[in-house]
Amino acid sequence: MALKTLLTQNKNSILQRWFNLIADTYPTGVSDFLKDNDRFTNPVGHTISQEINSLYDELLQDRVDSDKAAASLDNIIKIRAVQDFSPQEAISFVFLLKKAITDELGSELEKKQSFGEWLEFEPGIDKLASIAFDKYMESREKICELRVNEVRADREIAFRLLRLMGGKNGKHGEAVE
Amino acid sequence: MTDTTKKPEELLKLDYTPPKKGWMETPVDFKKGTYCYSAPQKHQEYLGLPYPRQWQPFDADWKLPENWKQIILEGMNDRLKKYRSFRLYMDICVRCGACADKCHFFIGTGDPKNMPVLRAELLRSVYRKYFTLGGKLFGKVGGARELTEDVLKEWYYYFYQCTECRRCSVFCPYGIDTCEITMMARDLLSLVGCNVGWVIEPASNCFRTGNHLGVPPHAFKDTLDFAIDEVEDLTGVKVEASVNRKGAELLFITPSADYFASPHWYTFLGYLMLFHEIGLDYTWSAYASEGGNFGLFHSAEMMKRLNAKMYAEAKRLGVKWILGGECGHMWRVVHQYMNTINGPADFLEEPVSPITGTKFENAKATKMVHICEFTADLIKNNKLKLDPSRNDHWKMTFHDSCNPARAMGLFEEPRYIIKNVCNNFYEMPENTIKEYTFCCGSGAGLGSDENLEMRLRGGLPRANAVKYVKEKHGVNLLTCICAIDRAVLPTLLQYWVPGVEVSGLHELVGNALVMKGEKERTTDMRGTPRKQEAK
Repeated sequence: MALKTLLTQNKNSILQRWFNLIADTYPTGVSDFLKDNDRFTNPVGHTISQEINSLYDELLQDRVDSDKAAASLDNIIKIRAVQDFSPQEAISFVFLLKKAITDELGSELEKKQSFGEWLEFEPGIDKLASIAFDKYMESREKICELRVNEVRADREIAFRLLRLMGGKNGKHGEAVE
Repeated sequence: MTDTTKKPEELLKLDYTPPKKGWMETPVDFKKGTYCYSAPQKHQEYLGLPYPRQWQPFDADWKLPENWKQIILEGMNDRLKKYRSFRLYMDICVRCGACADKCHFFIGTGDPKNMPVLRAELLRSVYRKYFTLGGKLFGKVGGARELTEDVLKEWYYYFYQCTECRRCSVFCPYGIDTCEITMMARDLLSLVGCNVGWVIEPASNCFRTGNHLGVPPHAFKDTLDFAIDEVEDLTGVKVEASVNRKGAELLFITPSADYFASPHWYTFLGYLMLFHEIGLDYTWSAYASEGGNFGLFHSAEMMKRLNAKMYAEAKRLGVKWILGGECGHMWRVVHQYMNTINGPADFLEEPVSPITGTKFENAKATKMVHICEFTADLIKNNKLKLDPSRNDHWKMTFHDSCNPARAMGLFEEPRYIIKNVCNNFYEMPENTIKEYTFCCGSGAGLGSDENLEMRLRGGLPRANAVKYVKEKHGVNLLTCICAIDRAVLPTLLQYWVPGVEVSGLHELVGNALVMKGEKERTTDMRGTPRKQEAK
């Protein structure tokens, strides 16, 4: 497996390039801030950095563990699902790995043996993208659910207030259910 | 029909880099979920605010008064003369960038206009254009720009993306208080009738009924009676609590959410249990039934109007001093503004604890003591019997609410209480607590449901630190001393860190408090069985 050897040997440079490509999806001038690796003062950059590392390792396994990949993707997608991205922009960072690999390995991939292996390897990235889409939808549905819950809680407060304004025994007017 | 579907290779050729326009030329895009709705006309009218009308931020026409520009610039001129701090903050910034990555909204959004320096620049650029020689002569080159409707919309968007938490100010070498810049910008926006609903409606309610939720006196009394019944069910002890009682030694004031929202309610029960147990001679007020002050999020004048009622009521009831509950911005108003806007409160006495005799010298000017100072003093003087094992089902961490932390320096008292009422306490990392605490992302009037996505962005740094202690120590409870925190953090944590609940500190005090004559408690206040692990 010449390709996997190449991917393992060039892991750091590929990951660095992948990270930079993702950082460039943020507005100009912000990507430098994302490179600070303090997990508490830079949760976005740190999460991306940690999780793409896990995803990359997962892809190098013979078989991608969907649960593990989903957990890593979830951590990134949760952030991008609330940031200023369209749905495709939110998940497209997965495809940027293809660009990172082709940019880094360039002509190596064009060699006949590597190209065949690449065709076998690439669907793994596509699989990550489809899991990312599931995670994106989960995040968006969660946001809707949370918003509905907040509106419901406000409504309960309003009803409770109305009931109290009616008085315990209806002394001050009609109780409202 | 043309197929516009992109081919796979084209998908890879997306241009992820935003257009290379300067910040001055990038207008605001009001995307759903990222801004607050405007204030309802009736509430603006109730408060007598200028130019009340129905409009929304996503409307193309904001129905501004014809001479809106003149109104803003004259307003700016007035405020530059009135507040030296404002003029100083407009002039003194050297754009060193120390504050740039300290804002939770910048960290969570990645939007450069949320860097405190750039957010302030939105206002400074207009200041330069109309109030400095350099700006008048050199225009854009000198960092100046015209005041246009787009600029006004940008102010509305970004100055309501600042929670006035003041974290950035901790890092500013010149001590620029960016919160005060936000306050000025909001004040100016209000001059042309641009206010948000989540600020004006509570302020209007407070002006009308004495509290943000609009609870009238008889409903306040009913809800208090209901709480007394609930405490009796839980403990077997019938506590007493008076309302509007003249001659009581103390007046207790807390945010209205404490007696009307969840999970605040349990903190409310905790207060009632504590005061009963120590035999405190105190009264509630159905008129000063709000500690919070949403006026702070609007203008100095509104803040003054709402703060005044607390002291007017203390005077009317003839109490000696005021005890204040777990609130955030109430304490900023009391600690930093009250004495100059409504003081001196010379009709009140310097606070002395009637239980321990401790003199609260720090409250000499305001005559108002924080409940955490009061309770910590009770514990220190062995006046409470506490059983911390009653909170053993919680593994907790403490969120320093922005205002008690940065506006009061209240760091140790809550921690001292926590260490006495529970056995499992884990701090979040140093650079996310105390004066470096991260805001909940929903304070200063931003906590509305329509603004949820922006709140989730702003709440990320806080939640991220909670996630760390959850993963490391199994933390399942975040306790805090601010009513807005208790209102908004449950939602934020359900998104970012599911499995961590939120409480007030006096809920835990109430759980641990061993009361005279109490029956055996089998559950905590929430009904969770004592020995059972919390979910």
